[in-house]
Amino acid sequence: QYVPVKGDHVIGIVTAKAGDVFRLDVGGSEPASLSYLAFEGATKRNRPNVQVGDLIYGQFVVANKDMEPEMVCIDSSGKSSGMGIIGQDGFLFKVSLGLIRKLLAPKCEIIQELSQLYPFELVIGMNGRIWVKARTVQQTLIIVNILEACEYMTAEQRKQALAKLSGN
Amino acid sequence: SLSPGDTSVLAGLYGPAEAKVSKELPDRAALEVLLRPKVGLPGVLERSREQLLRQTCEAVVLGVLHPRTAISLVLQVLSDAGSLLSCCLNAACMALLDAGLPLATLFCGVTCALQPDGTILLDPTARQEQEARAILTFAIASSERKVLMATTKGSCSVEEMQQCLVAAQRAANVIFQFYRDSVRRRYSK
Repeated sequence: QYVPVKGDHVIGIVTAKAGDVFRLDVGGSEPASLSYLAFEGATKRNRPNVQVGDLIYGQFVVANKDMEPEMVCIDSSGKSSGMGIIGQDGFLFKVSLGLIRKLLAPKCEIIQELSQLYPFELVIGMNGRIWVKARTVQQTLIIVNILEACEYMTAEQRKQALAKLSGN
Repeated sequence: SLSPGDTSVLAGLYGPAEAKVSKELPDRAALEVLLRPKVGLPGVLERSREQLLRQTCEAVVLGVLHPRTAISLVLQVLSDAGSLLSCCLNAACMALLDAGLPLATLFCGVTCALQPDGTILLDPTARQEQEARAILTFAIASSERKVLMATTKGSCSVEEMQQCLVAAQRAANVIFQFYRDSVRRRYSK
């Protein structure tokens, strides 16, 4: 199970709006809280358009065992740098935490090989969640299946599978 | 799902999850064990076994790492052919291992039956349990084989209990090896 850590970037699902604060499910033991002012360019007049069920990519500012975790979607300089509400369509799925760390290592081979297959958008959360969006639904599902199978495949088997797919 | 011989118990572990305000402890995780018998509603015997399991697990789980959370362990008895409590203990430990909860040590359960003529029988069947003079169940920790929990049904002398304990500690090695093999098989596809 995922344990929130300060500074980790995660994908959260909005479960409730309680006044000025959103409750997000991040896969830990407690829901995290996200203030509506923690977005780039958000003011009391200019609220972000967040609905229940939206996906949000953000980082933890407070995450210890005694308190409820808190997330924000801006970094220390006030810029969003890729964080915020994740767009429409796409596919969210869960993988093991070990695979996430493998994918986030610099120069990950899996991602390089996949990007030669089809163009796609990828968001990786340290809480085990990955969001993928490719041009068509079929391509998206193929990428999802490959990423899930990468858990157990060796590099050889992966190259074979990708060669078969790009041959098609 | 764990079965020595024909006794079989299915264990499911949920947590650490959000606890109800009435049940949460401010500095550690609140552990709850539910034991469901094969037929009928849980009765007093199940309740006492749940408390034994709960206290054993609380000694082992590092609850201080997850304050104000609830950890629920649900055990369903699939079939009972003797040595049920030690089967539940083993299933509980494997569930804790599989869920990845932080543990101070592993533990295993061993049942000894003391026969009327003085011989010690490990993991007795239901028949042997009925004929025995006393049945002792031990929960043994993996670090230095210390005793976490001991419960006795029947009467026996202190020396006999010590002998049963030594036999149980030796048997614990076999069980811990089984844990290792199971985990290895699980994570090496």
